Order: sequence, then C-alpha cells, then structure tokens
Amino acid sequence: MTREAREALLSVEGLGIAFGGLKAVNDVSFTVRPGEIVSVIGPNGAGKTTLFNMISGVYLPGMGKVKLMGEEVTAMAPHLLARRGMSRTFQNLQIFQSMTVLENAVTGYHLTERGPVLADLLGLPSSRRRARASEEGARRLLARVGLERAAEREAGNLSYGSLKRLEIARALALNPKILLLDEPAAGCNAVETEEIDHLIAEVAASGVAILLVEHDMKMVMRVSNHIVVLDHGEKIAEGDPATVSRNPAVIAAYLGAENADG
Amino acid sequence: MKLSAKTATLLVLALLVAVSPFFFPSGYYYRVGALIFVNGIAVTGIVILTGYAGQISLGHAGFAGIGAYACALAPVHLGLHPALAVVLGGAISAVLAFLVGRPILRLKGYYLGVATLGFGILVSMVLNNERELTRGPDGIEVPELGLRGVLKDWGLDLTNGEFWYFFCGLALILGAWLALNLYGSPTGRALRALHGSEVAARTVGVDVARMKLQAFVISAVYASVSGSLLALQNKFITPDVAGFMHSIEMVTMAVLGGVGSVLGAIFGAGILTLLPQVLTVFAEYEQLVLGLVMMVVMIFLREGLLPSILRRLRGTGE
Repeated sequence: MTREAREALLSVEGLGIAFGGLKAVNDVSFTVRPGEIVSVIGPNGAGKTTLFNMISGVYLPGMGKVKLMGEEVTAMAPHLLARRGMSRTFQNLQIFQSMTVLENAVTGYHLTERGPVLADLLGLPSSRRRARASEEGARRLLARVGLERAAEREAGNLSYGSLKRLEIARALALNPKILLLDEPAAGCNAVETEEIDHLIAEVAASGVAILLVEHDMKMVMRVSNHIVVLDHGEKIAEGDPATVSRNPAVIAAYLGAENADG
Repeated sequence: MKLSAKTATLLVLALLVAVSPFFFPSGYYYRVGALIFVNGIAVTGIVILTGYAGQISLGHAGFAGIGAYACALAPVHLGLHPALAVVLGGAISAVLAFLVGRPILRLKGYYLGVATLGFGILVSMVLNNERELTRGPDGIEVPELGLRGVLKDWGLDLTNGEFWYFFCGLALILGAWLALNLYGSPTGRALRALHGSEVAARTVGVDVARMKLQAFVISAVYASVSGSLLALQNKFITPDVAGFMHSIEMVTMAVLGGVGSVLGAIFGAGILTLLPQVLTVFAEYEQLVLGLVMMVVMIFLREGLLPSILRRLRGTGE
C-alpha cells in the first residue's frame, strides 16, 4: 500500500511562526500515518523543536493548521491534546526531579487515574484502586524500557540516558495515538541508542504514529519510514531515507553551500 | 514490617498528642499545645499548596479570618450552632478561594505572592472597618462551642484547657490524615508533577490551572478551620487573625519545619508557637526573629528543619 493511500493521523498544513520578525518556521506541511515513523531533520537552528512545540500546543503558531485525525487542533492546550492521544518527550528533559522513577512514570497515567478530589483526600478504596492500577502499568512500562530496577530511586539521580528512557516510558503511559520524540537519543551512548531504536520500532509496530526529531543521522536513516528536512525554518525536502539522502539540497544544507558547489 | 510514611507520621502525631501532657509543668501548657495544633492545621494547608503544588500564598490569614469571624457572627446573626459556623466558614472560604484563585493562579512566583497578599489585606481591612458587624479592631466575643458540656454529661469531665488541647489535637490528626492521603493519590501526584515541571505536567494531560485551583481551595479550608478553632477556644477574636503577620507566620512555620512534609511543617508550627512562650523577650522582636529564621532556613536548610535532620540521621547528608 502506498503512503498516500492511508488516512493521515497527524497533518501539519502550512505551519509557521515568527519571533520578532525572524521566521523560525515558515509554511511547513507534512503528514504522519498510523504505525509510521516520520523524522524531522535539519541543521541546528533549522526550527525542528519550534515546529514540535507548535504541534504540541506549547507555542501558538503564527500561521497554518495542525489536524489530528482530521480534526483541527491548532493551538489547542497541551493537556487537551493529551486527551486526544498526543504525547511527547522533550529535548532538554522535563523530568519530575524530586519524584521517584516509578512516580514519574505513573504521572503518565494521569488521564486514566484521575478522579474526584474528595475521594483522594479521604483515601477511599476507589482512589487507592486507581493509584494502584497506574502503578502496576508504570512498572510494566519501566520494565519495557529497562528501568524496572531503578523504580524506587529518586529520578534526579539517574543518568542522562536513563532519564531519556524514563521520559519515553512516561509518554507511552498515555497510550498515545501519536508520539512526538524530541531527540530521544541525544546524549546516549551507542548501546543506549540502539535500545531506543528498538523501542521506537516496537512502538510504531503496535500502530502508534511517531514523529521524531533526531540528530543521530544513522539512527534516523535506520528507523524512519519518511523524512522531512528543514533548513532555516523551511521544508527543503521530503521522502524516504534513500531519496532524501541523495537530495542535493539536503546535502548542501548539511555540508554548507560552498562544499556543495565545489 | 516496614511502616508506610503515612502511618508513621500519623503514629508520631498521635503519640505526641497523647503523651505530651504527662510532661506539662502546668495546666497552661494545654493551651500552648492547643495553639500549636491550631497553627499546625493552617500549616498543613500550606504544605498542600506550597509543598505539593509549589504555589505560594501570602494571604492565607484572610481565610483564617473568615473562619474565625464565621464563628463569631453566624451563631449570633443566623442562629447557627458554632459547630455549623465552622462548616459555613469553611464553605465561604472555599467559594472565595475558588473565585479569587481562578484569576490569581494564572500568575507565577512573586506575582502570585503579591496577589494573594492583596487578598489577605482586603479581608483584614473589611474586618477592621465594618464596625457595625465586626466591631472593628477591638475584636468581638465568640460563643461557646458547647461540646465540653456534652462530654461532661457523658461522664468525661475535662478542664477547658484539656478539652481544647485534645479537640484541636484530634482535628490536626484528621487534617494530617487527609493531607497524607492526598500526597500519594492521583490528585497529589498531579500537584507534585506540576510543581516539578508545568510543561511536562501539561503534556501528560494535567489541567494545570484546575489542579492549582483545587490545591488553593483545599488549603484555604484548612486555614479557615484553623481560624475557627482559634476563635472558639479563645472565645474572642480580633482582626489580627487575618493580618499580614499571621500569613507570614504560616509560611515561615511551614518553611522552617519543611514545607514538603506534613510532619516537618507541624514541627515548624510547634517551634514557632513555643518560642514566644518560652522566651518572653521574643514577643517584642517577633517580626525580627521570623525574618531571621526565614533567611537562615532559606540559606542553610532549603528543605526545612525536619527533612534536613532526618537526612543527617540516615547518614545521607550532603
């Protein structure tokens, strides 16, 4: 089946934003389908994270639309996007430092475990049941990302690579339809990167759409079904890994214009 | 068997309430104890707001004032039983906290501090100036709760001091129990999550504005009940209960003891309530000492006294 034949889960249409006259992202469009891994690549400052922040409701886009399962969700508050099945991780880790690893993962179950505040205050059985169910789920997820033995440790004490995986576990706890991963392998060693690789492929295989921003080109080429290339906030190329890696504009952007000319 | 932190905290509190009277040099200390418990209740509310949710309020005495004056006014003007006046005060505080908190909690850091400060001053001004109703700065008498008489009929004859000591002690244990239930519950986790990172809390679906508001309302009810109990045991109340110094006292007690821990904050309430009683000179320099305590704790013991001490004892000190 061709890519276009399937219904898009996420479509980004002409998205753009300017910071004080500087167009950080300009008129970017692409789609992500269920079970597909789409990567956004580009040199530093190309606007990848800005794009992510617009899609996930952190920034208000200056132009364009974001659609989730056909419905417009442009500039929707992040907690409402979460309810619609969007989940994300952050480039510069957003971990709850003073919580344990387990509790960090459990927060990902907020939407399924939340209930009346009065029941929580009184410690009613219903409240304890909700809390216990999400703890069990979180333990399974920690096992899946290889952190089960660190469950009771304070998250702030974990290594960078472990925290990256913890963030993925927390994002998966939402049982998302689309998962946005912002440089999941940054700061990880080769072994950890490979583990994250497998994890991403596994999650995608279960039907989740994945949008990835990543600097590790080998990883991007390995895992992606489809690649969107940004440079100076504009989309300069798009296609499968092989096509994109041969694209002259992409090579120029990465190596610098002089090298491409010469 | 390892005790959960919740059970351990409640046991320690219950033991303290039950055993302390054996060491009291005089009946006067029942009153001091009751004051500690009353402050402990307000401070437990601060733990929920500041320790769990990471929001600061410099106007919580305003809610204490509402709770106190509800007990002074509702029995007289509405014919309510004083016990129901406590409930009414709590309800008014909750509604006010809801209305005031919605716009205020959008603010962050010191803006939030200043806005809540404004609220506290507003309540204090109303209590001072509405002389027709509140009799102004001179204060107003508060009707008897009447529970002591009921207990006496049942054969439990307590002195006034003893009654308020145990009554407030029980109220504090109840308040601590609720706060500890909240800590590990889904709501408590969401509050602590938004404290850690609002951005991350949002992405896991936490409605940050709503959760902050819940914490604000709950802590306002704590302050209100604390004010009510103070008014009822003193049988007299002045607008000072809603004053700025009282708000600062609450926060200082919590921060001194450890705002992240219920037991720590109550410990802080104990120290700062006891100090002026033990050192009478302290009374004249109260504001000075409060400021000094706040500075020293912020610089040297960021977590607060009790958590820092426990860390040392466990040998995991920095």
